[in-house]
Amino acid sequence: MKTMFQKVWEAHEVLAETADTPAVLYVDRHLVHEVTSPQAFTVLRERGLGVRRPDRTLATIDHSSPTRSDQIFGGVPIAIESAAKQIAQLQKNCAEFGVELLDLKSDQRGIVHIVGPEFGFTQPGQTIVCGDSHTSTHGAFGALAFGIGTTEVGHVLATQCLLQRRPRTFAITVDGALSPGVTAKDLILSIIGEIGIGGGTGHVLEYRGAVMRALSMEERMTVCNMSIEAGARAGMIAPDEITYSYLKSRPRSPQGEAWERAVERWRRLPSDPGASFDREVTLDGGTLEPMITYGTNPGMVVAVSGSIPERRDDAVFDQALAYMGLTAGAPIGGQPVNVVFIGSCTNGRLSDLRGAAQLLRGHKIARGVRALVVPGSQQVKKAAEAEGLDRIFIDAGAEWRESGCSMCIGMNGDTVGSGEYSISTSNRNFEGRQGPGARTLLASPLTAAASAVRGRVTDPREFLNG
Amino acid sequence: MEPIREIRSHTVVLPSTNIDTDQIIPARFLRTTSREGLGRQLFADWRYDATGAVKPEFALNRPEAAGCAVLVAGHNFGCGSSREHAPWALLDYGFRAVISTEIADIFRSNSLKNGLLPIEVDAATGRWLLEHPGAEISIDLASTTLRLPDGTAVRFPIEDFARYCLLNGVDQLGFLIARSGEIGAYERGIPT
Repeated sequence: MKTMFQKVWEAHEVLAETADTPAVLYVDRHLVHEVTSPQAFTVLRERGLGVRRPDRTLATIDHSSPTRSDQIFGGVPIAIESAAKQIAQLQKNCAEFGVELLDLKSDQRGIVHIVGPEFGFTQPGQTIVCGDSHTSTHGAFGALAFGIGTTEVGHVLATQCLLQRRPRTFAITVDGALSPGVTAKDLILSIIGEIGIGGGTGHVLEYRGAVMRALSMEERMTVCNMSIEAGARAGMIAPDEITYSYLKSRPRSPQGEAWERAVERWRRLPSDPGASFDREVTLDGGTLEPMITYGTNPGMVVAVSGSIPERRDDAVFDQALAYMGLTAGAPIGGQPVNVVFIGSCTNGRLSDLRGAAQLLRGHKIARGVRALVVPGSQQVKKAAEAEGLDRIFIDAGAEWRESGCSMCIGMNGDTVGSGEYSISTSNRNFEGRQGPGARTLLASPLTAAASAVRGRVTDPREFLNG
Repeated sequence: MEPIREIRSHTVVLPSTNIDTDQIIPARFLRTTSREGLGRQLFADWRYDATGAVKPEFALNRPEAAGCAVLVAGHNFGCGSSREHAPWALLDYGFRAVISTEIADIFRSNSLKNGLLPIEVDAATGRWLLEHPGAEISIDLASTTLRLPDGTAVRFPIEDFARYCLLNGVDQLGFLIARSGEIGAYERGIPT
């Protein structure tokens, strides 16, 4: 009896681990972006090495790219010189080493964890890596997907392999069903709140149970995306008919007979009944509520309808609240906000934008609030515009941008000002994450949209109930 | 990489738990194509104020921190982003080891690739080190032993292969390239 993780791991052992050496683990898919790859290509150059499998490698530009149309399509130079230089370096590296690049003006460019699945580049049972911790996203397909550092990016470029010790397994089962207004984002924030931000360290998570089975692929990606915020390098969800119907006829999905053979293999991936995990927790999905963070890591989270915890003898808690300018024991609802960001590899997919747009339709964003909506990819942008979602956002008073990581990481010109409160659908509320001094409250697209309308932290269920 | 044997140093202490890699080096400093010179930006938003002036009260800015090669930090150090710029910045600044009761997975892996020792200690040792900034300690990688000022020896876990590579200056990429034959054989067996 094997877990899904175990099956995928064992199928990728070029050499199994021993007491003296880690496993040599084969990598099926390698995603590359401009920020964590330049030094790896430098190593290849210094050592006279090539990219072993360009056909298994795909590059995109997302972290440092601007989201303003004029800087991408309008001939206006990229405002940040160091970003322009980094992007040019990736273009040069990809050309020189024969790596496919979804270039700045490509209509297939986007955030690395959005374009991989969109392309069908991401598939069940694969090992997928990228120099980015949110690579865990791809685990939603039953792949073993995890973030690596730049030295390891070099290892994969040169050899298509990594040296890895086998992690432990951790089953997270969520039974029941989510209530209206409770999204995949609220689900993963609840899980992180439950196990803590280091709770998954050393483990690969497997999300299971009725709630996971009922989620769409996009929702599953939101859940797996934030596995790293619980310390786990990877999170997986077993593939099923929802997975196969998402992948069928994607550009890089297997076609014809190869598709049939692939699905047959994929059906054998789920953990065997009775397979044992090193750790297990169970949550009741029916009790979950819309969630929001109040502190400076994603584990500092409460229900939107709830209150910040009471003060206790904890210097770190005090430091976090001092940074956030919030009061222990106070309700989080009603807290004024300055900025609303809807986007990122966590919540920048079409269904996220639909949810936010549905709530915003016919409303205006509150006076003094700046709202930025950034689709996760150019394909998401195109699809959203075809449905008229861009009009809803623009009519409500939001800015509608080109795809990219944008305000999630604040290294591309999109930032939150010092001391400002930002409701963000992204994944990290660390100090300064969205800009020096920025105060980030992580929430779902629904909560972000509801809070944009009221100008303060608002439970989205107030809108859903009429 | 130069082989690593023993590190002897006073400690600098950052007691916060969950110090993430965005604190170690904020994202706006990642728009670089080199790994050099990142020490200046280490803990930038904690070391400098908004005008760029040094904050004298921050632990790394105190006179006694000068020349320290060992950083002691609260539980779950290095969580968050996979940026290898974090260990690059720590090394460029002059650190050779970080000690915590828990070190995040990707940060640990990145540190080991660059010769920054990620050392996990038990709760009691961790508490003692947090409470005694400036303590002079020694770290012996060969015997995986940390020695406290009173002579107490504390063993620490470190992945055996990484330890072997660090002690002998072995390059992991070279090790993988030497397995090209096995990798090719594996590739021929991948189902289509």
